Amino acid sequence: MPTPRVKMPSSAAKGEVFEVKTTIDHDMESGQRKDKDGKPIPRKIINKFTVAYNGKQVFWSDWAPAVSANPYCSFFLTATESGTVELKWHDDDGQVYAVSQAITVA
Amino acid sequence: MRKIMMAAGLAALVAGPAQADPPFDPKDPKMAPYVAGDKRSGYTFAEPETRAMQDDDFTNPGFLWVEDGKKMWTKVEGKAGKACKDCHGDAEKSMKGVGTVYPRFDPHANMLLTLEQKINQCRTERMGAEPLKFDSKPYNAIATYVKHQSRGMPIAVQTDGPAAPYFDMGRRLYYERRGMSDIACKHCHEDLWGMHMRSELLSQGMPNGFPQYRLKWQTLGSAQKRIRGCFEEVRAEPYAVDSLENTVIELYATWRANGLRVESPAVRK
Repeated sequence: MPTPRVKMPSSAAKGEVFEVKTTIDHDMESGQRKDKDGKPIPRKIINKFTVAYNGKQVFWSDWAPAVSANPYCSFFLTATESGTVELKWHDDDGQVYAVSQAITVA
Repeated sequence: MRKIMMAAGLAALVAGPAQADPPFDPKDPKMAPYVAGDKRSGYTFAEPETRAMQDDDFTNPGFLWVEDGKKMWTKVEGKAGKACKDCHGDAEKSMKGVGTVYPRFDPHANMLLTLEQKINQCRTERMGAEPLKFDSKPYNAIATYVKHQSRGMPIAVQTDGPAAPYFDMGRRLYYERRGMSDIACKHCHEDLWGMHMRSELLSQGMPNGFPQYRLKWQTLGSAQKRIRGCFEEVRAEPYAVDSLENTVIELYATWRANGLRVESPAVRK
């Protein structure tokens, strides 16, 4: 089970633009490789990364097989109101790895 | 006339700027932690982007292993019902400096052991647990966590006393020509570092950052694995994992880095 890591401020001023840094340990198996017996290793990547701020989707990104292992993604959000930022990594096999971070907007 | 201009243009294209090496200024204070006398860490040969990845503990993917290792430290495993923590206490105190002295002669095993081998010895003899499989995630995680506790401390492996015969054997293998390329470790890492082998900039081969995250591997690996990779690159048959030969080469290579600071987990190309 991959463990995501997220780094963002726990509080911000209203209207402030803050950076969210994320990374997750994942092999991002491209589906192009073969194992020792010559059989193709099935593709297993995180194909979508979504971010919701108080339930509203504010950032998302589709990922392709060329994205490296243990993908790192950072982006900026504008602090509008106190609440939670929910980040979700969607795996090819249907699993969703989710993390929530609280933010206080003063 | 046009022909001449075209030829000149072509010549300019062909002669265009050679591939630029990553910048390195030995007087740069930022580089001071990565230099010891004439010795240069692989960090100083890395591209600025790779250095930046290592500089920030958050962007350094090696820390995914450090965190896994931290969890393993307190996890009870094996028949003895013990975790690493039960004997060794707080890793941040008890494991400080441990990463600087391996590979080391172990009186109990009566042979030279790498840090990873020592951890497996602890698991089988004291915890009654299964040894961790080479290059598996837990194998690398616990070793990275332990070695990380020595980050910033100078490497200081012992080469005298009971380690002397291993060190001599390591030196012999380091200078021995091998493989279809018929070159020894020393040709690239002692004589020709700073030059290129095809497009690759040769480093001094200092293993102070292991276990390290390699972008080529897309994962983290040990010095044992890297040495085998080097053998394949010179088209030689690699020694088996954890074989005496591979371990003494690791000892000799680590001795060469004595004085350089531990960077584990380092990030390299």
